Amino acid sequence: QNVSVEVLDHLEQLALVDFRDLEGVERLQKAIQFADQLHEVNTDGVEPMDSVLEDRSLYLREDDVTEGNCTKELLENAREKVEEYFVAPPGNIPLSKLEERETFLQGS
Amino acid sequence: AAARGGGAWRRAWHCGAGGAHGPFPHGQRAGTCNERGRAVPAGKSGLAPWVPVVGLEIHAQISSNSKLFSGSKVQFAAPPNSLVSFFDASLPGTLPVLNRRCVEAAVMTGLALNCSINKKSLFDRKHYFYADLPAGYQITQQRVPIAVNGSLSYSLCIDNKMSQMVTKTVRIKQIQLEQDSGKSLHDDTRSQTLVDLNRAGVGLMEVVMEPDMCCGEEAAAAVRELQLILQTLGSSQAVMAEGQLRVDANVSVHHPGEPYGVRTEVKNINSLRFLAKAVDYEIQRHIEELENGGTILNETRAFDSKLGCTVPMRDKEGKQDYRFMPEPNLPPLILYDAKSLPANMNHQQVINIDWINERLPDLPSVKREKLVEQYGILPEHSFTLLNEDGLAEFFENVVKQTQMKPKKVIGWILQDLLSYLKQHSLSVKESPVNSFLLADLLNLLEKKEVSSTAAKQVLAELWKGEGKTPLEIVKEQKLQLLQDQKELEQICQAVIDGQESEVIMMVLG
Repeated sequence: QNVSVEVLDHLEQLALVDFRDLEGVERLQKAIQFADQLHEVNTDGVEPMDSVLEDRSLYLREDDVTEGNCTKELLENAREKVEEYFVAPPGNIPLSKLEERETFLQGS
Repeated sequence: AAARGGGAWRRAWHCGAGGAHGPFPHGQRAGTCNERGRAVPAGKSGLAPWVPVVGLEIHAQISSNSKLFSGSKVQFAAPPNSLVSFFDASLPGTLPVLNRRCVEAAVMTGLALNCSINKKSLFDRKHYFYADLPAGYQITQQRVPIAVNGSLSYSLCIDNKMSQMVTKTVRIKQIQLEQDSGKSLHDDTRSQTLVDLNRAGVGLMEVVMEPDMCCGEEAAAAVRELQLILQTLGSSQAVMAEGQLRVDANVSVHHPGEPYGVRTEVKNINSLRFLAKAVDYEIQRHIEELENGGTILNETRAFDSKLGCTVPMRDKEGKQDYRFMPEPNLPPLILYDAKSLPANMNHQQVINIDWINERLPDLPSVKREKLVEQYGILPEHSFTLLNEDGLAEFFENVVKQTQMKPKKVIGWILQDLLSYLKQHSLSVKESPVNSFLLADLLNLLEKKEVSSTAAKQVLAELWKGEGKTPLEIVKEQKLQLLQDQKELEQICQAVIDGQESEVIMMVLG
């Protein structure tokens, strides 16, 4: 079972990955096949584990102000800034539709 | 749109008991209500009536010194990006550390809303791209939130009459802890967005209300009561104007007996007035669209307060896929109660639900009941007292200092005092007349040293705030009631003597 072009396109939009070429897509398919082996294990009646930290206790911090006040340092990373604000484009620039993009998936 | 009053869509539905209303001008629709008190507006003649359905997601900023997962300060209005830690800016190598106070605030709120508190709750990542979300995801509680299955009771006036109040209940689906995002300032002239991360990472409680409401008025009343509860608990200051309480409304309409219609979401409403308007506008928009044969898109919209309408929101086209996953850096949050309290754990690391429950203050509904019971005032009076910050305290202070019965005092508080404050847009704290002065005046009235009319005159003078006492004003303006019988007879005789012709006319009949 292959992963459909629609799903691959959807993933490219959501995660901003670029499958680049056939090898990239095949690697994804192989990874899915590998993970599918998990289905061979019978997990009836077993509570799913969602964190290896499940037996750790969650540390609770006191409500004190201990950080912040490092505007200059933070803004050093900014390519553009305006009066201590970070500058971003006016809104999300959506990836253009599949037909218009230069992506390997176009040919599929 | 018919311009009237505020210039936006007028609420056309009357929730609660009521019969059919006559035809409205300007294309507004009449509403009739069924037994369950839901508005069932009549459509165009021949068409089936519509049932509007309204649910709410309310984000309340937690009142705490520092943020949910970092030690940066929480403060409104500070120099941009000055209250931001490396974690808040999502720099690599940083980790979230949960703030105890935020958990306590959520537990208090859950208990006040009759929720079950989950002794084990989990944190998740909700992914989406936006400039004010530096990590590319928000830490929230999607699978197992901290509190579930509660309820909130609120009251409405029927037909704008305070004397007829009806109590409604809305179910609380859940309360979850989550991070706030930073703030985007859109600079359209230079085609850029300026990002301030001071707000990024501030703790939020998201309160999800089930779609049990049917119009803007119900939505606003429910949120108002929630606001009062949060302020009483201190878990959030809930000042909407400062963005501490934001509401997203989910709206749909359907015909009775049919499945729910497609819903739209109106996001980031930041005033109770706009909430009522936005909800009613959206209901109206759905109905008109559907009656004209159109369909409703499942989309996210914003409320344009100047135009009084909702508009589609940019960057929200298409269904969002948030790719929820467990937050790998946080173990489950475990809460305890008296029974399950661990023996050997450090107190500071333990949150005891029962301990918090025992220390909850009186909620607004309880305060209102106590006022009615203690002072013999009407329920609707207690609502007004609690609705104005400081008014209940003012009332109680006056009652303590005067012999006048509370039932009489309340009239002076709600009519004379409150109407003046409203006229001059003053809060109770800013009142030029304090409780001592008013109590002094009411005592003069009780002892019959002045008439009721004279008392109102004195009050008018007191509003000037010139520092005079009621007694001084009475003496200045000679408003004392005369008690001496002889003096009164002399005055009457003088009047009669001065108006001979009128007296003769009267005697002749």
